[in-house]
Parts: sequence; C-alpha cells; structure tokens
Amino acid sequence: MTPLIELDRISRTFETPDGSITAVDAVSLALESGEAICIVGESGCGKTTTGRLLAGLIRPTAGRLLYEGKDVWKTKGADLARFRRAVQLVHQDPYASLNPTRTVYQTLSAPLFRHKKARSGRQALASVRELLERVELTPAENFITKYPHQLSGGQRQRIAIARALTVDPKVIVADEAVSMVDVSIRISLLNLLLALGREFGVTIVLITHDLAVARYFARVGRIGVMYLGRVVELADTESLVADPAHPYSAALIAAIPEADPDITRSKRRVELRSAEIPSLLRLPPGCTFHPRCPLFEAGLCDVKVPELLPIPRRGGQPRSDEREVACHVAVRERTSERAAATA
Amino acid sequence: MPVLSVRNLSIDYLTRRGPVHAVRDVSFDLEQSETLAIIGESGSGKTTLAVGLIRLSPRGTKVATGQILYTKNGQTSDIRTLDDDDLREYRWAECAMVFQAALNSFNPVITIWEQFLDTARAHGMKDRHKVRDRAAELLDLVHLDAKRVLPAFPHELSGGMKQRVLIGLALMLEPQLVILDEPTTALDILTQRSIIDLLRQLRQRLGFSMIFISHDLSIAAELADRMITMYAGRVVERASVADMFYRPRHPYSMGLLRAVPRVSGALGSVASIPGSPPDLMRLPKGCTYAPRCPYAIDACREADPPLLPVDTPRHEAACIRWQHVAGVLGSDAEVPVAEKLA
Repeated sequence: MTPLIELDRISRTFETPDGSITAVDAVSLALESGEAICIVGESGCGKTTTGRLLAGLIRPTAGRLLYEGKDVWKTKGADLARFRRAVQLVHQDPYASLNPTRTVYQTLSAPLFRHKKARSGRQALASVRELLERVELTPAENFITKYPHQLSGGQRQRIAIARALTVDPKVIVADEAVSMVDVSIRISLLNLLLALGREFGVTIVLITHDLAVARYFARVGRIGVMYLGRVVELADTESLVADPAHPYSAALIAAIPEADPDITRSKRRVELRSAEIPSLLRLPPGCTFHPRCPLFEAGLCDVKVPELLPIPRRGGQPRSDEREVACHVAVRERTSERAAATA
Repeated sequence: MPVLSVRNLSIDYLTRRGPVHAVRDVSFDLEQSETLAIIGESGSGKTTLAVGLIRLSPRGTKVATGQILYTKNGQTSDIRTLDDDDLREYRWAECAMVFQAALNSFNPVITIWEQFLDTARAHGMKDRHKVRDRAAELLDLVHLDAKRVLPAFPHELSGGMKQRVLIGLALMLEPQLVILDEPTTALDILTQRSIIDLLRQLRQRLGFSMIFISHDLSIAAELADRMITMYAGRVVERASVADMFYRPRHPYSMGLLRAVPRVSGALGSVASIPGSPPDLMRLPKGCTYAPRCPYAIDACREADPPLLPVDTPRHEAACIRWQHVAGVLGSDAEVPVAEKLA
C-alpha cells in the first residue's frame, strides 16, 4: 500500500556565513492515514526542519517528499493545491501564530472563503461554529467575537487547531504544540489532536522535546528519535520507552527527570563519554554520536555511517518493519541475540 | 530555628483596574539545608512570591501584609524592614537568586570574568587576584573550565553552561539560601539532568537551603524535601515530597500530579484539569478552586477554607473535602496519583 505521505531520504542544507549546515540528513519516514507519530530530540536535532519539510514549507536539497505516491516538488497546479490543503501546520506559540487584530470568526472564516468552503456569511458562520465545537470551545457563541488577547493559551492553541481544520487536512504537523501551555491542560490538547486522528483519520505528527508527552501522545503509535539531523531510532512507543535500542535514546530515557520521587531518584544512568554536542558545522565522521557513545567501537563507528536498519523486537513477534535503529553495535547485538534465542 | 520564616505574606500588584492579589496570606518555614519546591500553574503567584522574598518586586507592587523573617547565628530580622545597606547584604551574601534559564541574567556586552568582578565589587571584594581565585574555584565547583569560560561573552556559552555560571555566581558569597526560578526550563534533557545532579551535589557539599519555583513537577520529585502547592495566590497544600506525590489531599495538587505523564512505569489514568485559573481581580466566593474541582459541594462556595493539618501534623491542605480525596486515593503504597486512579 502506498503511504499517505512519505519522506524519502530527504535532506536540507542551509548556507550560513560560517559554512553549510545539514539540518536534516537523509531522513526517511512513511506515514499512514490516521497514524499518530512523534518526532523527539533535543534542540538542533533537526526535528522542526523535518516538520517543515513534511509540510512542504521548505524545499529539500536532496531526496523527495511524496504525497499519495507523487513527488510534491514536481507537481503543479491542482495537485500542488491539493497537497497544500492536505497538510497543515500548528505552531508552538499561540501568542504569535494568531493575528491579534482579528476575531476568532475572522481568523477561521478567511480560509473558508479562500478555499471556497463557504460562499456566504451564513455558511461561514455555521462552519465556524462547527469548528469551535470540534475543538471543544463551547458554547461557540462565547468565542466567535473574541480577540486572541481575550483567550487563554490553551484556548488560543485550540483556535490554531481549528484554523488548521478549516481546509479538512489529511495531515497535521504540530510543532511543540503543547510546550507553551500550562501543564494542567496539556493532556486535554493532546487528547483533542488524538481524537481528530481517530474520528477523521487525520495523521498527526507531533514534534516535541518532551519524551513524556511523546509517550502519552504516541502510546499506540510510533516515536522517531532524532540526533544531529538523522533519525537514530524509529519504534513503536512502548518498545522505545521500555527497551531503547540506540544508546542515545537510552541515554535520554535514563536522564529524563520523572514526576515520581521514587522512580526518578533511583533511575539507572547511562554514562556518556562526553557531554559536548558536536557543532553542525563540524560533524564527526561515521556515526555522529560516536564521540559521546558508551558503545563506541574504534574503526567502525568513527568510519562508517550507520543506516537505519530493522531489528527484532525483544519478547515480541519479529515483525521486521516494527523497529529500526541506526547503530552498528545495537543491530549486531540484537540480531545475534535473536539468533541465539531461536537456535 | 528555621532559616527563613514567611508569615502571612500578601503581595498586590496595583493596576488601573484595581489591586491584583497575586500572593495571599502565604506562610511557610524553611529549615537549614532543606529544599522546598513551590509548584503551581502560571498565575499561581509563585514567581511573585519568590521575587518578593528578596524584595526585588517591580514597581507598582505592594506588600500588603506579613513578615519575612530571616535568621542567622541566632539573630532574626524582618526582610521587609531592612534598610538599603542591610538589604544589599542580605541579597546575594545571605540569599542568592538564580533566574529562569539564565536568559536575561547576564550583561551581554561584558565577559564572564567581568560579571564575576562586578558582583564581587558590589559586595566589597576589591582584590582582583582574590576574585580571580574565587571565580576559578566556583567554576570548578560547577564543572566548568575557568580558562575557557572566564574570557567568553555570554552568547558564546550554551544554555547549560550559562546556567552553571549563574549557579557559580550565586554561590560566590556562600549564601545560606538559594532561590531558583525555573532552573531547568528551556534546557535540553541531558543538560537538565546535569544541572539537577549538580544542584544535588552542591547542596550536599555546601549545606545551603534551596527554594525552587517550578511548574515542572519532575524537578520537585528529584530535589525537594518538602513541597508547597499554590493556587490563585494561596498555599493550598504543604507536605513532604512523598506525601505530596503519593498522598495529596487537595484536589488541585491531585489534578496537577495527574496531568503529568511519565516515561517509565505505567502510564495510568492521565488527565487534564478542566477549566482555567480564576481572574485574580475577581476571585470567586469561597474556595477559588471550587469551579474546577470534581469534589466541590455547596459548602465549598461559601468560605475559602483555611490551611489545616490532614493525615499528619506536617501535612496540611486547604480543603474541606480532603477526607473525600483521601478516600479516593487511599493512604498506602508509594503509587503515583495517575496509577491509583487507573
């Protein structure tokens, strides 16, 4: 089956006065309809650039973006317009992403008119009401005439989601969409996004630095971990969280402070060889994680770039497409472990 | 004898629409070498309180009532009545503050060495050699290479390094008390971890007391001995870290704990708190949390409940329904709230 949207070895290089920076390096990712997936990583790992590439907002310097099997950057006219409508972005900061001089009605009706989803004021008003109800801002009447400054952060983010929904998208890329709202209401926003996936088959890509948020959001989906422009591990959420295969994922999960004193104070640490994150201007050869990696093997990791390869799942069925990791050592060890177990 | 004893402190912001009661009748004690975490959402008054403790509140702020009693060598003084000289001595020498993620805490046009020198001079350390030795010692303490860091400008350092420098600067005059406002917010996970480990290490070695202000419950879980939950300017619960995480008695603390998912262990029944915090200028009658509270009854809307002991004398909550909460959560086993409700 053709995936809905696919990144095929996509890369993006930016030119800077100090040299060129490859923010995203040969990332491949195929998404199905209605899937919930998280891309996690620390700042500078390329997760936001990946999101912008997925949304077709920036042109890749290599590789392809495929929508329903077609190369987006080679399509024109009606096909391109269809893609533009199908993929929508929700930004991090609802204080900056909404026009402060427009009411909720104006913000939501503009795309409806623009894309001819509404032809009269009455139609637009009815659609706006429906959209507000879909994002659980009820009664809708209380919100239609409000300006952004009259809304809380969480309410603004709901308006931003409603705006993305005006064009009936197939994919929503939400870049740190809950990072700026209070902890007490994050879960309800994530639930809203998940409901859109469940009820309308929208594929939701959540980009976040917060692994706990990722785990909650993608609990029945997948998480991709990025490091310095590459996806280093792609796995179903519970496997990743309980049994990370890439040493970088393992280090992140061991390091994350948890909202539980007993667990967090007794966590086993993964010691890294260096705390320093290499500059994107001078990336180390081979695996870019090798200068910090506890599994480092000289002559292998500092020479050869590891590909994202399938590994068997511990305990589970060895479905080859389920887990992938870009680490020479992890792939070798997990494959021989499996061989020993079946022998 | 507590190092710091805050008694019935209320802080207002004076605005054209009238006073905003940002902090209302807050009391707590902080013992020697103790770490206290103050948690709550934005608008709960936690930062206003922290800044008020060192009298750095912005113009237009009025401390309406209360005392901030600071004790050193058996001598107690009220920070609210200190004159300018004594206040300057109290700030930094006795009580240092580390602001959120070090973003605006540095002068961007001078080197780290000059920032150290400035701070030292402001407190009467004039000998450059002594300051340099002290700076090197402090940077060593926070695991930074003095040779590399001292000549650098703030923008040349990473977020984590800046936060380390600030912690080093805070410790320059060996304060008894360090207040940290969102010390790890906006830092990456691995950097966050190293800052938490550093703070734990420093506290053990130097024995200062700490007050943390954070919306991030995991930092409290890592470092706090005791915790305070604030809501709409008031302290609604006060407990040891274990009591707060495993046996909260105020529905707001319970809601907040339930709203934060974990990476390890069972996910449990995670959920948001419905609604949003009240307008501080138009507080609802009775308990300010009642409009969002799943356990509210009519009596809750009549009077704002006082902070009273619940399970033990050292655990207090401002809720007339705390026994109901106790019934829902139980009081055994160190199991987090979201799991108990699953």
